[in-house]
Amino acid sequence: MEPLNALISVTNFMLIPALAYGSQLALGALGITLIFSILRFAHFAHGDTMALGTAAVIGGTIFLQGLGVSIAPLPTALLAIPFGMLVLISYLLVADKLVYSYFRKVKAKPLIFVMASLGVMFVTNGITRLFMGVGETRFEDGQRFLFTVREFRAFTGLAEGMALRTSQALTVVTALAVMVALFWFLNRTRSGKSMRAYSDNEDLALLSGINPERVVMITWIITGTLLVLAGTLYGLDKGFRPFNYFQLLLPMFAAAILGGLGSPFGAIVGAYVVAFAELGITYAWRRVFTYLMPEGMEPTSMMQLLPVDYKFAVTFAILVIVLLFRPTGIFKGKVI
Amino acid sequence: MNLTARDLWLFAGMGLVLAMVGMFQSWQLAITILNMSLISAIMALGVNMQWGYAGLFNVGVMGFTAVGGLAVVLIAQPPVPEAWAAGGFGILLGLMLGVSTILAAIIVYKRMQPGRLRGLAIFAVLLGGYLITAQVFGPAKQAVQAVNPASEGYLGGANLPVILAWPVGAVFAAGIAWVIGKISLGLRADYLAIATLGISEIVIAVMKHERWLARGVNNVTGIDRPVPRPVDLQPQQWVQSLADTLGWSLSQTANVISGLGYSILFLIVLIILMWLAERALNSPWGRMMRAIRDNEISARAMGKDVTRRHLNIFVLGSAVCGLAGAMMVSMDGQLTPGSYEPLRYTFLIWVMVIVGGSGNNWGSVLGAFVIWFLWVQVEPAGRWFMDVITSGMAVDSELRQHLLGSAAYMRLLTMGIALLLMLRFAPRGLIPER
Repeated sequence: MEPLNALISVTNFMLIPALAYGSQLALGALGITLIFSILRFAHFAHGDTMALGTAAVIGGTIFLQGLGVSIAPLPTALLAIPFGMLVLISYLLVADKLVYSYFRKVKAKPLIFVMASLGVMFVTNGITRLFMGVGETRFEDGQRFLFTVREFRAFTGLAEGMALRTSQALTVVTALAVMVALFWFLNRTRSGKSMRAYSDNEDLALLSGINPERVVMITWIITGTLLVLAGTLYGLDKGFRPFNYFQLLLPMFAAAILGGLGSPFGAIVGAYVVAFAELGITYAWRRVFTYLMPEGMEPTSMMQLLPVDYKFAVTFAILVIVLLFRPTGIFKGKVI
Repeated sequence: MNLTARDLWLFAGMGLVLAMVGMFQSWQLAITILNMSLISAIMALGVNMQWGYAGLFNVGVMGFTAVGGLAVVLIAQPPVPEAWAAGGFGILLGLMLGVSTILAAIIVYKRMQPGRLRGLAIFAVLLGGYLITAQVFGPAKQAVQAVNPASEGYLGGANLPVILAWPVGAVFAAGIAWVIGKISLGLRADYLAIATLGISEIVIAVMKHERWLARGVNNVTGIDRPVPRPVDLQPQQWVQSLADTLGWSLSQTANVISGLGYSILFLIVLIILMWLAERALNSPWGRMMRAIRDNEISARAMGKDVTRRHLNIFVLGSAVCGLAGAMMVSMDGQLTPGSYEPLRYTFLIWVMVIVGGSGNNWGSVLGAFVIWFLWVQVEPAGRWFMDVITSGMAVDSELRQHLLGSAAYMRLLTMGIALLLMLRFAPRGLIPER
């Protein structure tokens, strides 16, 4: 029985990756929930806009690397993030002007907005692939690990090792900082309050002189910021492939619905639930139980509940269970 | 049949464009486009039933077509006796155990009082059932997959005529749609979207991963075709003399004849479906569906069981998509689960329905033809365009190479722009609902 080794093993292979993945999902799901509560539609272009923002960051990174700029041990991509934000926010605002603002004016049904976001999804997808192709791009540089398995073993003298990648640490720290800033913005500033008022009761908000176009603009700016951060952190962690970003749509939606659409806090909780469930259920627990069980009773199978290919199934199963028992999500969201 | 002169002109125009492809590019290409357009038209018809008749937002078309394709393998392929001997019984038993676990959980849910105890009981049933199922299923699956893995490694099919797979594909898709509908149709409208999106990804994951079923990512190739293959046509006397008369090469003639065979089959299916769909739409049932779509609350007040009607139409529409999926696989003669991606099999079909005119069956068919034509032709057009704008650059310039290489993605861009323009300027589509 070696509980300490078991703990280290779980932390290394499941808890840390899940925490990082959950943080990336949370930033994306926050955007979905914000768009849903202000613009009142399900934003299907979310994954692809995230890819576009990340592509801009990668472009900036390559430019900076060409100039020889480096902030090692941190990845150069961090310096390119503001550029990515600028590109993506302008893109979203232009898309809003050209596409969504018309449908707002004619008061189209929510599903028409969803269709329009499908159109934006196609266009964004095409633009991203024009620049980046469909292959995988890695843009992580600087120091890859805060500490490696070997260093950890030498330091603690344990049999099981643990490593912490720079990108994972960065993800968790950034996500926390962004969440705090977002809640501060929504609860303390005038613009944030006007957003909440608009989301809560549109007519009343209009009556009290809140400019809806301004609220919508702020929503896109925040969404763009969140998307670039989420996309860059995800890309640093796992590499950039446009199709993977598109596929993030499902877990991000699942997180937002799970937490209760329209509730920012719910989106964050939902994201971590999805991430931990996905990794926990597709993780092979054999090693952990080998450490935990008394000698002679070690498990012989992989102790994996589902193969990794089924991580979508996990997301989906959680979603169905929550919807069946609590249709408004964990934290009571909106009902359209 | 309530087509106006304008609609007929639109269809005639589309036919003319295809004929021009035949004359200026090649007849082979024209037939390929025609066949895929016919299949897409059937898919679009299925989506239109759900969206146009009833306002249901199904973004899992890919899953339903893939399940239809799976039916082709399960029906038409010869069985693999060694694999059945190795693990066939274990697999069947495992599947039955899995199903009974779920049924047991449902019974517990229905019979017990709500509360913590019920939750625990369901959890215990599911966990116990899972462990038992895994014990039976796992080894059987390994055994089956170990049988001659380079060319088989799966249970094979029923060795029945391939045409039979088409209705079976429809039934498979209908079964899955029934389960999804049961779960999500009573809930909020947009949950159906997420549920279908999720289930289609799961269907693809299962087809890629469960190699005992249809070889997963190793693909099943050489499936029986309902129409003679070009290779078998070439030695025929009449094909050779036809080639001489037309002045074409022998292989081209054989390809065109084989393709035309499919066109006729697909056209028959499409005509039957269109006849049924138009009859249904103009029947009391169709009026009821549109009434529900336009005002759910008043339909409910009239005593219509909205959820049940939604379930009906959802299952019907999905079955049509499954049928189209089966047709597509039997045309290609192979099942490649890796090639199913949502942009191509779900969202492109949606573009067809919107561009064609939602709520109008003829519109969906026209939309399918127009959009599939664009999808095929935009790529070469994009390459030509890139060639023109980069003609000033040096041949080996990196930018030029990159731009030429990315011309393939122009089609996504074009589809998006087409969809956005239609939504903005002609939201009712090419042939509006009437």
